[in-house]
Amino acid sequence: MKPVLLIDFGSTYTKVTAVDVDAPRLLGTANSYTTIETDINNGLKTALEKLEAKTGRLDFCARYACSSAAGGLRMLASGLVPELTAEAAKTASLGAGAKVLKTYSFKLNEDDADEIRELNPDIFLLVGGTDGGNTETIIHNAKVIADIGGDYPVILAGNRNAARTCARILEGREVHVTENVMPSFNVLNTEPVQKEIREVFLNRIIQAKGLSKAAELINGIMMPTPSAVMEAIRLLAEGTETQKGIGDLVAVDVGGATTDVYSVAEGLPDDPRTALRGIPEPYIKRTVEGDIGMRYSIRGIIEAAGLKKTAEIAGMREEQLSDIVDLFATHTDLLPFDEASQRADEALASMAVRVAMTRHAGRLSEIFGLGGLQLIQTGKNLLNVDQFIVTGGSLIHTEHTGRIASYGFFDEEDPGSLKPKQCTVLVDRSYIIAAMGLLSQYYPDAALTILKEELIKDDGTK
Amino acid sequence: MEKQKKTLVIGVIGADVHAVGNQILYHAFTDAGFNVINLGVMVSQEEFINAAIETNADAIVVSSLYGQGELDCRGLREKCDEAGLEHILLYVGGNIVIGKQPFEEVEKRFKAMGFDRSFPPGTPPEVDIAYLKQDLHVED
Repeated sequence: MKPVLLIDFGSTYTKVTAVDVDAPRLLGTANSYTTIETDINNGLKTALEKLEAKTGRLDFCARYACSSAAGGLRMLASGLVPELTAEAAKTASLGAGAKVLKTYSFKLNEDDADEIRELNPDIFLLVGGTDGGNTETIIHNAKVIADIGGDYPVILAGNRNAARTCARILEGREVHVTENVMPSFNVLNTEPVQKEIREVFLNRIIQAKGLSKAAELINGIMMPTPSAVMEAIRLLAEGTETQKGIGDLVAVDVGGATTDVYSVAEGLPDDPRTALRGIPEPYIKRTVEGDIGMRYSIRGIIEAAGLKKTAEIAGMREEQLSDIVDLFATHTDLLPFDEASQRADEALASMAVRVAMTRHAGRLSEIFGLGGLQLIQTGKNLLNVDQFIVTGGSLIHTEHTGRIASYGFFDEEDPGSLKPKQCTVLVDRSYIIAAMGLLSQYYPDAALTILKEELIKDDGTK
Repeated sequence: MEKQKKTLVIGVIGADVHAVGNQILYHAFTDAGFNVINLGVMVSQEEFINAAIETNADAIVVSSLYGQGELDCRGLREKCDEAGLEHILLYVGGNIVIGKQPFEEVEKRFKAMGFDRSFPPGTPPEVDIAYLKQDLHVED
């Protein structure tokens, strides 16, 4: 036996997962409250004690960790045109596992400056202009950031003709210059900026967030938790050199504050005559809905899906649902406590999945021109994706996971939304996806075997 | 991509799917030494403007082949002004209006809409190129 420990320092819980990479199999999981205010190792120690109470004493040969504690990797980004470089900056940051607090477009004004000062991010990503294109805006924005002060690092990934000027304006600050995130019109180049974000996270953020104490006890690769999830999903879809992956998939993580959606698929139109619009879509895409979550952002679900519709699905009167929503919103650690609150929780989770999937998936629209019907696609076509992975407390601790997940599928009432038509639902019952993403960095085959073993099929009829 | 090259944003406006002429223009303009951002067919006014902002373009060259050009082009100059592209050169060409109309009148109407130059059907690319070089002060 060769036990490996995987740790996820979450904002609320520190989750530990033990695996035997020889077998390979899952040995056990446990969690405890994250203790970032005092010493992060206290929570880890408690979680470990709980784990070993179940598994017996384990002699770990390696310990790897990821973290979303202390607010996660909080980023702000500014670009030029909202649909172009600003969108590219956001896509790149989300893909690097960041929590994007806000994305600005065009020139930053005084109100923006006040807001940036207030938000005080971990990293500011400054982009804008294609190479050889607009330099005015990024230079203006560099001045605004310089004037705001603060000691967070700035990553420059805009028009290369402005890079030196911007770096000079920001002299005295930690500045990282990298390739343009959109070097020429509508071409995405996210990898260099993502590499820079990862390095800043490793070299700086871990220190700043009081995670370095833990870093001494573990063998490393601290990455933001969403990055670990993305790594697991990539592995599951693509496989390793010796083991086949399961192919294109969608994964939804409904949390307390946000809902994350991941898709692994090219997402091109079914009909080659369809015109594609918008910036190119990444093969592995992550979107985060900051207003959709089961507790802190519960009102956002109602706002997006409507009280009437949600109450209908919950099978209760609007007033009753409204009361339960109020209760969950104020008591964010409250779990469903009776039959009605369980039904409400499931209806809210269903709507969270629907809203987040609709925003993540692409859209097909029709235009009647002189040449007849013309189809236009924006975003990713996920109609043919046939595997749907779900994770997050409200979804994995109910028997009705399949039914809740099906709200993320293609919907006759909104046929333009390119959500998956028919899917096998795979449930992350043991809550191990992030841990397997971490493990995949060292033991990809073991991680894939365990993922395939532990993701449980739900046919939706239960 | 040196900045000395002048940047053009080209495309076919509206619900128009005529791709061939636009492709010819792309090659002709590129060969003539321009940095060309080709948006393809079915391009909206907003897409022309967004591309011009990011690439700091010197001119937008709009094609329209299906007769609806006058409708599609209306308001483009005003939107450019709104987006801070007050000085950008606007060209339009193709079958830009329905039916046979004297081109002088068509040209006048497009001038009033803020297009610096308009070109009738069958204009060879060399003509556009000569005007572009003249208007953008490009020396051969």
